[in-house]
Amino acid sequence: MAQFFSMGGYAAFVWPAYGAAAIVMLGILVETVRSLRARERELSALDQKSGAAR
Amino acid sequence: MHRFANPARFLRMSTAIFPWIAALTAICIGAGLYLALFASPPDYQQGESVRIMYVHVPAAWMALFVYTLIAVASGIALVWKHPLAHVAAKAASPIGACFTFIALVSGSLWGKPMWGTWWVWDARLTSVLILFFLYLGHMALMNAFEDSSRGERAAAILALVGFVNVPIIKFSVDWWNTLHQPASVMRLGGPTIDPAMLRPLLLMAVGFTAFFFTVLILRMRAELIARKIRIARMARVHGEPEWTRAAPGGAA
Repeated sequence: MAQFFSMGGYAAFVWPAYGAAAIVMLGILVETVRSLRARERELSALDQKSGAAR
Repeated sequence: MHRFANPARFLRMSTAIFPWIAALTAICIGAGLYLALFASPPDYQQGESVRIMYVHVPAAWMALFVYTLIAVASGIALVWKHPLAHVAAKAASPIGACFTFIALVSGSLWGKPMWGTWWVWDARLTSVLILFFLYLGHMALMNAFEDSSRGERAAAILALVGFVNVPIIKFSVDWWNTLHQPASVMRLGGPTIDPAMLRPLLLMAVGFTAFFFTVLILRMRAELIARKIRIARMARVHGEPEWTRAAPGGAA
């Protein structure tokens, strides 16, 4: 196991490369889902308000 | 072409595709990571550091693929005024910027142990850095104007002009001296890479592509909703009747 994590001495390069990719990809996924949810809420609130006005 | 212009049709199709493309992302990246980290051999020259390739190369391919897609969408938007094309271009560029960033960072982390340097100002690395700035410029232009259609137009022109950079990146390793190795997969005469390494590489590439389309669908939906919100707001300010909501991007 320790041997696996040491990556033949390249641990300081291999793991940050995978880590950076994971952080960036999960980051944009989370940001995308959050902004989609926020806009869905905003639109349904607007729809309700305009529905109530009539 | 205009049959696909209808946002309602896009929403219907994307809803049907979405679970499959999301599942494909999870399966390919999961299997790809397993092969990349456990079940593939170290390189005879580069040792275990070669595993960086399974992130670096798919990310770099995606950086070029996404930019090409944005350029095509921009052309369609400018020539045929396809209403979804600007939406697609706007949704795609932050994802492309992310892939370009991953390619740059992982490349730097691979360059240090193999080349002895984090960075060189050679043709390949510099042209990819320019690609990253093109993405940032595209994203900035999209939101630079009060009137969003002006921003979309400016961004589309930038995307088309900047496309000249894509073949420069692809062939930079053949045209100029560089520390970067030439293509070993997408080359005439077939790949020169060992199948044990090609398998995880292709799995990760398919996984990254599926990830891109998964996020693209979500971002396009968010953008279509943002347009509906804008139109609904304007309708309320101007006190216009309900039917104005069915205008651009808002048809249900």
